[in-house]
Amino acid sequence: MRRFLHVTRGVAWRSIHNTVVNPAILVPSIVFPLFFLVAFAGGLSRIAEVPNFHYRPGYTSFQFVFVFLQSAAFGGVFTGFAVARDFDSGFARRLLLSAPHRGGIIAGYVLGALLRWAITGAVVTLAAAIAGMHVYGDGAELVALLGLGVLMNLVAALWACGLAMFLRTEQAGAVIQMPVFVLLFLAPVYVPLSLLTGWIHDVARYNPVTAVLQAARGLLAGSPTELALAFGLLAAGALIFGAFARRGLASAERAG
Amino acid sequence: MVVDLAHEPQTVRPPASGVSLTEQTLAVAKRAIVRTSRQRALLVFPMIFPLILFAINGSALSAATKIPGFPTQNYRDFLIAVPFVQGAMFVSITAGVDLARDIESGFLNRLALTPLRGEALLIGQLGGALVLGTLQAIVYMLVGLASGVSFASGLGGALVLLLLANVIAFAFASLGGLLALRFGTGEAVQGIFPLLFVTLFLSSSSLPLDLIKATWFRDIAACNPVSYLLGGLRSLVISGWDGQALALAFGFALAILVLALGFSQAAMKTRLARR
Amino acid sequence: MRSQIIELTNLCYSGAVTEQPAIEVDGLTREFRRGPRAVDAIDLRVSPGEIYGFLGPNGAGKSTTVLMLTTLLPPTSGRATVGGYDIGRQGAQVRASIGAALQEAALDAILTGREHLVLQATLQGLPAAERRRRADQLLARVGLTEAADRRVGGYSGGMKRRLDLALALVHRPRILFLDEPTTGLDPQSRAALWEEVRHLAHDEGITVFLTTQYLEEADVLADRIGIIDHGRIVAEGTPAQLKAEISSPSVEIMPAEEQRSDRLAELLSSFGEPLRDGRGRVTVKLPRGEAQLAEVVRLLDRASLRVQTLQLHQPSLDDVFLAKTGRKLEGALDADSAPGPAGEPPARRRGRRRGR
Repeated sequence: MRRFLHVTRGVAWRSIHNTVVNPAILVPSIVFPLFFLVAFAGGLSRIAEVPNFHYRPGYTSFQFVFVFLQSAAFGGVFTGFAVARDFDSGFARRLLLSAPHRGGIIAGYVLGALLRWAITGAVVTLAAAIAGMHVYGDGAELVALLGLGVLMNLVAALWACGLAMFLRTEQAGAVIQMPVFVLLFLAPVYVPLSLLTGWIHDVARYNPVTAVLQAARGLLAGSPTELALAFGLLAAGALIFGAFARRGLASAERAG
Repeated sequence: MVVDLAHEPQTVRPPASGVSLTEQTLAVAKRAIVRTSRQRALLVFPMIFPLILFAINGSALSAATKIPGFPTQNYRDFLIAVPFVQGAMFVSITAGVDLARDIESGFLNRLALTPLRGEALLIGQLGGALVLGTLQAIVYMLVGLASGVSFASGLGGALVLLLLANVIAFAFASLGGLLALRFGTGEAVQGIFPLLFVTLFLSSSSLPLDLIKATWFRDIAACNPVSYLLGGLRSLVISGWDGQALALAFGFALAILVLALGFSQAAMKTRLARR
Repeated sequence: MRSQIIELTNLCYSGAVTEQPAIEVDGLTREFRRGPRAVDAIDLRVSPGEIYGFLGPNGAGKSTTVLMLTTLLPPTSGRATVGGYDIGRQGAQVRASIGAALQEAALDAILTGREHLVLQATLQGLPAAERRRRADQLLARVGLTEAADRRVGGYSGGMKRRLDLALALVHRPRILFLDEPTTGLDPQSRAALWEEVRHLAHDEGITVFLTTQYLEEADVLADRIGIIDHGRIVAEGTPAQLKAEISSPSVEIMPAEEQRSDRLAELLSSFGEPLRDGRGRVTVKLPRGEAQLAEVVRLLDRASLRVQTLQLHQPSLDDVFLAKTGRKLEGALDADSAPGPAGEPPARRRGRRRGR
């Protein structure tokens, strides 16, 4: 176990160190969510005037929740890019050779993703607060909201690391991020589910991200709904993609 | 190595006495088009991504048509302009990265040793991007039509829309070319993509200018040329023939094109520092 | 421009060029911003039909010199003519008379070998009817006919270099610049390229300016060699002249009976200080050259000393490099692989022009 923790700490440290010292990695991961917040909360605020749009904290808060979860997911995706880069550069091979406990490699990358998102999430929250976001949830509800973000980050990081380890090339970037991007945007991003019509409504209804997004919006508004479903879905996702990442690592080990 | 003297004339030919600018441009353009057509895998994403966003946002934001004063009942009629501009932005990256790769690999130096003129190189290089832009525009138009978009300006309007989309794609491709010439690396060109993306979102891409509620956002969008490019394309779909919207769109696209080509010409001179 | 090219044509084919050096360089200098001189006031002359080897370690200024002579990089000061044309004022004419295979085998991985040649032929202004024929000729010449319609991305290093050479020959230049043409090639490909370069110079009269960091390449291929180090030419001449200038040959003798090596050393001490290895072999320099070998043999004969092996060693270019720079070339290669004081900025290798 100690060896596992050593590897985890080492890989996570490198991941976060590379992020912090390299503006080309750090800046986009902060700027993109901020930009989405500005574009959606600012540019689309009149959407809240559509009949039957009811969200007590207002449109900025409505969009903050989406951007908060999106930044969590993309924190994981960006880590997948780093894994793919490590395989391209040969650094991952060095890791596989030198790590006494290889499971720690995945844990390290995942922890790195979480630490990375801690920066982005804090900046996005601060920006939303400055923009006049209203919060009606109490302390426990906000902690639960944070928990949803952490789990979202974990699931996305496991997916991204797993796929990066299977594909082992930087070209895998598009394949890693596209499903996450599409899944996020097939949720009720701009209006509540009840206001969506046509095929997007049908898709969003069965999209697991919808349940997480609605639960998170409910927590911020102080009226939690579908909490068990949201946490259950994310926990299941973590288990499934955890196994996927483990198999990805095994595939990388076999490839040598 | 096979040294086949039988194939090599021993009498020495004088060097070529010059080749026309058109012929040079066409030769470089042919290469650019061949390159583009052989990298199909890389072209799929830039082609598909705007369509995915169109499909998602076209439905997800359809409630926006219920905002009082929204110019059309079908949100897709409003949104169809976006893929054209977004596709053009992707074209700029493709064109820029291709040129940057030539600079990085030294291929530009090889061309510089021939009597090739800078203008021919620049325009020819962007020719591949133009073909890609045309292809994309046709696909976007067909997808729009298939998803229920109707053109208020009729067939003539659709053709003008294709023309405008091409001018926009060429303008953005020139921007990509300028960045490549200025910075000389593919990373630098790709690094600009988020900025292009931002200019698209900070425009009237999702709502008409007069329906944007946040004043600061409306002001930024009103100063953003992308809003007017979208406005011109959109006018042909929603309102028929709108001279002012078209003039603004063509005006901004041509202004970007002329400026980018002008600066590119200067950058090309520096890059081809042959005496 | 047309009239100027015709003027070149007349010069090339009337024999006027043969009366002047193919390449003439006076005080050519190039400084990069925030760096010392990459090329520092070099002078050199290359005669028509000659293979001139420009030898030096990485970062010595070889490629910078080639870029200047091919008009791709303006010199900071000094002047040079190539094919009788001034590189500063008559760039177009210079480019019309030269072919160049630069260090980065600058090829488009997505195009085929034939497409490269046809494109080059078009840009060089060959008539449409001749382009394909010329491409076929050159493909056959460099042994790429079978691979002609394959994308260059799948070519080996040697194939790329051969295509590079073919591209440089498309417009039948009189002067050829080859910047480290065999770096990274396997011995077989290297030997084939040497053969081709020799053929170009000696059978077709093409002047070849070749840069290299390989002693052997310069030694076997070049008619004359210029050794460049830290931007300056430190020695110039034929390989034999350079070797003779700095050192005399040595003779290495292994006696038939190892125990007689003391006696052998005593005999050879009349020529100079003998050097002995642990296995009985004795080496001594011959101060008056290889003619003294006969004296050595006579001396051994008189002393009835039987010999197992006797070898005459000529000084190598490595000895020349050592004598002129105080370093071994191999050591210099290692030392200069990091950006050295005279090294070109790394950005230059990627073809960037800022800061030049």
